[in-house]
Amino acid sequence: MRKTSLNCIYELSIKDERVLFIGSDLGPGVLDEMKQRFPDRFFMEGVSEQHIIGMAAGLAMEGFIPYVNTIATFLTRRCFEQVALDLCLHDLPVRLIANGGGVVYAPLGPTHLAIEDFAIFRSLPNMTIVAPCDADEMKRLMSKSLEWPHPMYIRLGKGGDAIVSREELGFEIGKGLLLKAPGEGLYITTGVMAQRALEASKQLGSEGVICGVLHMPTVKPLDNVILSEWIPSVKGVVTVEEHTRIGGLGSAVLEFCSDEMPEHTSKIKRVGFPDKFPDQYGNQDSLLDHMNVSIETICEQMRSCLKR
Amino acid sequence: MLDQRSKFLRRLVLEMVEVGGRGHIGSAMSLIEILRVLYDSFLHYRSEQPDWSNRDRFILSKGHGCLALYSILADKGFIERSELRRFCLPNSILGGHPERDKVPGVEASTGALGHGLPIGVGMALSAKIRKQIHRIVVVTGDGEINEGSVWEAAMSAAKHRLNNLSVFVDYNKLQSYGPVKEVLELEPLVDKWRCFGFEVQEVDGHDIQALKNMIVKLPFKSDRPSAVICHTIKGKGFPFAENNPKWHHKSGLVEADLQALYDCLEY
Repeated sequence: MRKTSLNCIYELSIKDERVLFIGSDLGPGVLDEMKQRFPDRFFMEGVSEQHIIGMAAGLAMEGFIPYVNTIATFLTRRCFEQVALDLCLHDLPVRLIANGGGVVYAPLGPTHLAIEDFAIFRSLPNMTIVAPCDADEMKRLMSKSLEWPHPMYIRLGKGGDAIVSREELGFEIGKGLLLKAPGEGLYITTGVMAQRALEASKQLGSEGVICGVLHMPTVKPLDNVILSEWIPSVKGVVTVEEHTRIGGLGSAVLEFCSDEMPEHTSKIKRVGFPDKFPDQYGNQDSLLDHMNVSIETICEQMRSCLKR
Repeated sequence: MLDQRSKFLRRLVLEMVEVGGRGHIGSAMSLIEILRVLYDSFLHYRSEQPDWSNRDRFILSKGHGCLALYSILADKGFIERSELRRFCLPNSILGGHPERDKVPGVEASTGALGHGLPIGVGMALSAKIRKQIHRIVVVTGDGEINEGSVWEAAMSAAKHRLNNLSVFVDYNKLQSYGPVKEVLELEPLVDKWRCFGFEVQEVDGHDIQALKNMIVKLPFKSDRPSAVICHTIKGKGFPFAENNPKWHHKSGLVEADLQALYDCLEY
């Protein structure tokens, strides 16, 4: 997914001279081709996230479209004020490409995990939050990112994630995608939790419980239209996210329902991380399982929701 | 002694303070002559066309000094003078910190400290990429440069040899709590900027002729950014406020306070 997004930046930079790239201190060789071809639009600025965001803001004020890339948690925790004021208050088209969203960096421990990034950025006016589920969807997103007029946070998965998105469904920033039509239950997911929800749905299907999967690549702004269309049509809804249960997709869906269709709030359950720092290493899959986002939990929550 | 123009610009500040009953008065007073000389003798701009693409970009990074900025922007016609008399009213364009999308001539919304220089670096890089000749000037406070982001940006400016970028430090030696040297010592300040890759000069930030003589030399060197350490006096022009941290931000001003302030500016 990361490779795809970086390749896309290079392609966009060929097409549009407003596009430039700013990294912090990434691995050697990143975007070498772009660096060779457009040295004046390639920046590697060191471990200085606060400065990088301000610099991107200054470039965007002058009409450039900066794509900033570093580790997700350093883009959200480290330079929150710069993102809030330099980018969001000025409402500038800067793209934050966030490596290792969720618990991708499980072996590196809690300093390197981004488990509250949605919550942090959802609170910021003008911010758009996108979490594609696979490399194909990332490609579709990147081509749409060029003309989006607001700051955007793009959460990347680990890479090599199973392709579950489908071209025929199209892709629009701010639009949800129904990956699987519901029966009595509906999973609402974002990012690579689409894959886990599809797997859970398959397992439940073998038990005769039919559940759909509504994938929300855009966490903010939330696609209220598609939620209004599908939530009332099912008996139970389970949100699934690689994120703390505080302030992420599940919270957003509940807030929407509470405001717009309160009669449906009681049928929604949320799967996400408990309110604690991850206390294990391992890998993304093992940490997801440990932190209550196992396929078993996802299935169990749906059964409980549907009283099965 | 302040000349008539310096007193006039301070009177504009008092017009705002009268309405708002508050403001970072001391912080603005140290800035007046720096801004006056920049807008009178250095910056290229069209006040009737604030977004003119060839304008020099000016960022007041110490946004709390905005009373001084609003004063010069009104003087130069970016904003109506009558707007000063609406300072901090609910629907005024002039708040306690300057906002880009509200105030013509304000390039960046500032107030939280340490944001102006990184933004200025971005603007300076943009000019380099596009081979434009306009210049970028950032004014910081002294307390402000406690912020690490300032030094991150300084390293970046030097790395890119941004000779189109100048930083003016309003070195009034007082921050909110008290003397800079007690809160967080900045000395040796000239050496610091030099070590970070800037060409540095010092000037009396209230001496109009000295400021004029100095700015014509910008950029000081063709292969690096410039830094100007302006030695200033917080509260300059009002003896009871000078070097008095209680005037960093002043609220609850009554009629007698305002009269005392105006009395200092008799021509």
